[in-house]
Amino acid sequence: MKWISDTVISTLELAKELSLSREEYEYICGKLARKPNVAELGIFSSMYSEHCSYKSSRKYLKRFPTSGKRVLQGPGENAGIVDIGHGYAVAFKMESHNHPSFIEPYQGAATGVGGILRDIFTMGARPIALMDSLCFGDPRNSKTPSLVRGVVKGIGDYGNAVGVPTVAGQTFFHSCYNQNPLVNAFALGLVKTTDIYRGNATGIGNVVVYVGAKTGRDGVHGATMSSKEFSSEEELARPTVQVGDPFTEKLLLEATLEAMSEKLMVGIQDMGAAGLTSSSFEMAHRAGTGLSLDLDKVPTRETEMSAYELLLSESQERMLLVCEPKNLDRLRQVYEKWDLHAEVIGEVIGGGRVLMQKNGMTVVDLPVELVTDPPKVERPLMAPSDLKQRWFVDRNKLLLGSLEKKFESVFEATSFANPEPIIQQYDSMVGNRTEGDSFEDAAVLRVREIPGKNVRLALTVDGNPRVSWLWPLEGGRRAIAEAAINLALKGTQSIGVTDCLNFASPENPETVWQFSETVEGISIACEALGIPVISGNVSLYNETDGKPIYPTPMIGMVGLSEGKEKVRPSAFHSSSLDLALVGLPEGGIGGSLLASQWFQRDCGQPEETDLKSLVRTLNFLSKIKTKKFDYAIHDISDGGLLLAALEMAFYSRLNGLGIEISIPREVDVDAFLFGETVPRILVAYDTTESTEVEMLANQAGIKFTAIGSVNEQGQLVVKQGGAKVLQRDLAQLKTKWDQRLRGFF
Amino acid sequence: MRVGVITFPGSNCDEDCSFSLGQLEGVEVSRLWHKDTASLGELDLIVLPGGFSYGDYLRTGAMAAISPIMSAVKEYASRGGRVFGICNGFQILCESGLLPGALVKNQKLGFICKEVTIEVGDPSPWTAPLSTGTQLKLPIAHGEGRFVVDPTTYSEMKKHGQIAFRYLEDLNGSFEKIAGITNREKNVCGMMPHPERAADLKSRDGMKIWNALLRQVREKA
Repeated sequence: MKWISDTVISTLELAKELSLSREEYEYICGKLARKPNVAELGIFSSMYSEHCSYKSSRKYLKRFPTSGKRVLQGPGENAGIVDIGHGYAVAFKMESHNHPSFIEPYQGAATGVGGILRDIFTMGARPIALMDSLCFGDPRNSKTPSLVRGVVKGIGDYGNAVGVPTVAGQTFFHSCYNQNPLVNAFALGLVKTTDIYRGNATGIGNVVVYVGAKTGRDGVHGATMSSKEFSSEEELARPTVQVGDPFTEKLLLEATLEAMSEKLMVGIQDMGAAGLTSSSFEMAHRAGTGLSLDLDKVPTRETEMSAYELLLSESQERMLLVCEPKNLDRLRQVYEKWDLHAEVIGEVIGGGRVLMQKNGMTVVDLPVELVTDPPKVERPLMAPSDLKQRWFVDRNKLLLGSLEKKFESVFEATSFANPEPIIQQYDSMVGNRTEGDSFEDAAVLRVREIPGKNVRLALTVDGNPRVSWLWPLEGGRRAIAEAAINLALKGTQSIGVTDCLNFASPENPETVWQFSETVEGISIACEALGIPVISGNVSLYNETDGKPIYPTPMIGMVGLSEGKEKVRPSAFHSSSLDLALVGLPEGGIGGSLLASQWFQRDCGQPEETDLKSLVRTLNFLSKIKTKKFDYAIHDISDGGLLLAALEMAFYSRLNGLGIEISIPREVDVDAFLFGETVPRILVAYDTTESTEVEMLANQAGIKFTAIGSVNEQGQLVVKQGGAKVLQRDLAQLKTKWDQRLRGFF
Repeated sequence: MRVGVITFPGSNCDEDCSFSLGQLEGVEVSRLWHKDTASLGELDLIVLPGGFSYGDYLRTGAMAAISPIMSAVKEYASRGGRVFGICNGFQILCESGLLPGALVKNQKLGFICKEVTIEVGDPSPWTAPLSTGTQLKLPIAHGEGRFVVDPTTYSEMKKHGQIAFRYLEDLNGSFEKIAGITNREKNVCGMMPHPERAADLKSRDGMKIWNALLRQVREKA
């Protein structure tokens, strides 16, 4: 946009240029009984954007179960908060930084981490863990390697420097992300239940204080950018991407937590998307107050910034807080100790309006509610007409294929790879509470602050875009089911969910249908398990040049346990074990990795996750964890049983392991070895415990099938009716699996 | 035993070090702020923890090496006081001249976080009673942990038994696989691996280093 004076009266043409619709502009003019000026129009443009307003999605999000006896803060704040007992709670949230990461992978990912960390510590919580979920395009696409490198380095450099461990994650490759990689970052913090802060501008007469980095022109209009589709030229939009400084973030984190420990503020919010605009209006909105701000007081690092730019800058590492005047001096001292400056830029007023002065003139005078509550957009929804075709699988073609070829086809998938080249770039241990390894089904953290109780948190991210595209409802349901299983495998019980809902343009009725179905699937599963959704984020318009991404709901889930039980590994702990399948002997081929690899397109109707059997499986896991004997345990997901068994061997510290699997007589071979229905679990234990494991499964009412053993012979052997039908050297397979991601770095 | 743990702006293992050392019987931890300069003489040991002091801007450890507390630390060391640097703390000790050599970007450039095996090098109070060749499993987490030193200094270091730890395998391109060193007088020690992260989770070999610290102080007392 060409530079226009802040106070110039806006036009419909300009409003459209700033992504407001005619209806929205007319609504604003009607409510104000005047046309907004340019600075005000900038405010509406950001706050009415999908990214800030959830105007298309809010209606559906209401469906989520959000309450529970542990919930101290549900959706609507910077992060949700769940009570973990003994006077402590955890604050967590997951957020996307997709668009910026496409434009500039390193900074986009880095500032994604910075933003989610600020969301956590503004609640008064000290961040203790990060996770990420990454979706990249086809690995053969020329752009993919540099995106992978940039994003991973961005996440690592930021999290490592701030000193918050990145403890788990998920990486998925699919051509639907060629032009739209997804970068979803999750953060969790620990807070005493008595020390929770919120983003409220309460107390008329209190002062509004700006802390942190100075404001520049970077990121002006980032929120609007994230709310429309891309054309490839927009890679040239680099100036709208923010630049992160983890050192300032670390200072801001320490200073803010120190000021909070002295109760020096009443409310605080990150200046994230739409910067000063969203933080000021949202804080006033939550408190039912108004604000008067002097924009000339905003610390800047560039000269002659207009109100429009000051309001929409997305410069990083800045916070807005509200403080009682009597605490101001001490607050300043605390920030100055950390070499940061706290600047008073205004005060809390009554009357529900935000007034802003610049050069002695009022440049903004708007009612809070008009800005924070845009008219909802009713978007038509429609199921795709080609679902039947998507669901069609030619089982005969599959039946004719050899087991050898089928195994090769799933084994060769890029997503089946040793994640070490990625995870070793992240400091997963700083904070000295990480118990497990980053490749595990879930990360396990010890809560040292609660002494003598062995309180542990388990964290996982999950999502299956392939299933979501074929059947969005099942995609949502399955993501919750898999996450809950992963947490239970580590001996914990789920206490809350955060989600990142990544979708294409809501202007396409199919996207809206996908969204609505996904939310339904997540809700059904959460209700069945009694897990509340406490925070989340919606990212729409993930399409470039008309190519939409798959619906990609990413679930972040947190589990809790207390007690002396050991955390069981997913890796084989011995070279002489029995191997059993707990759960359905056969999994569905629809939506499986095998179907995609075999037919070179994602196809088939995914099998429904049976929530009753899910609950029974979770019961089984809660029983077996209390037993004294050692066992290794891993869930079967992407790729099916064989790949799950291979992972258990590959992650083991023991060398020369072999696996022998016998296909039970009554099963369909493909469904047994490659099916992906949830929940199915592999357990490996000493022969002497066999009856005990079987009994536990029987008591829980789930199927138990002894399927083979772990040995020292260094081979993967599959037998059918006593005859070998597949044999592979495990060390050779492991080498391939090890190398798969190395090429990116 | 009184241990001082310094916090520089950007330190992020200060809490972990304080917690881990504070678990030891008879250890009292004082937290020191980089702008403090008062009475280090009371302390039996000063620890410079890991992290990204000053964001690693300019060069790792370069800014922290000239922060106010460091002149007091140098003075403390010159009087024979014990100073221990871990990771970024090691980098700061090299930058401030308390230890020889320098730490530069890992050979393959990337950050590496993993559990590695190191072995005890020359005998020193920092490792006694562990004998040379004793293997320890400790985590590393650094992007700039490749120790470099000129050949003349290295032969001096060897002569004086200043190589405290070596990696078992070449991880980051460190000269002679060096993971930790001491000064000639053996009262200053720096290492890249993190003993404080291996005191009660996964590997517990960090305890062996903490116990050596305790023993060192008690024997001197």
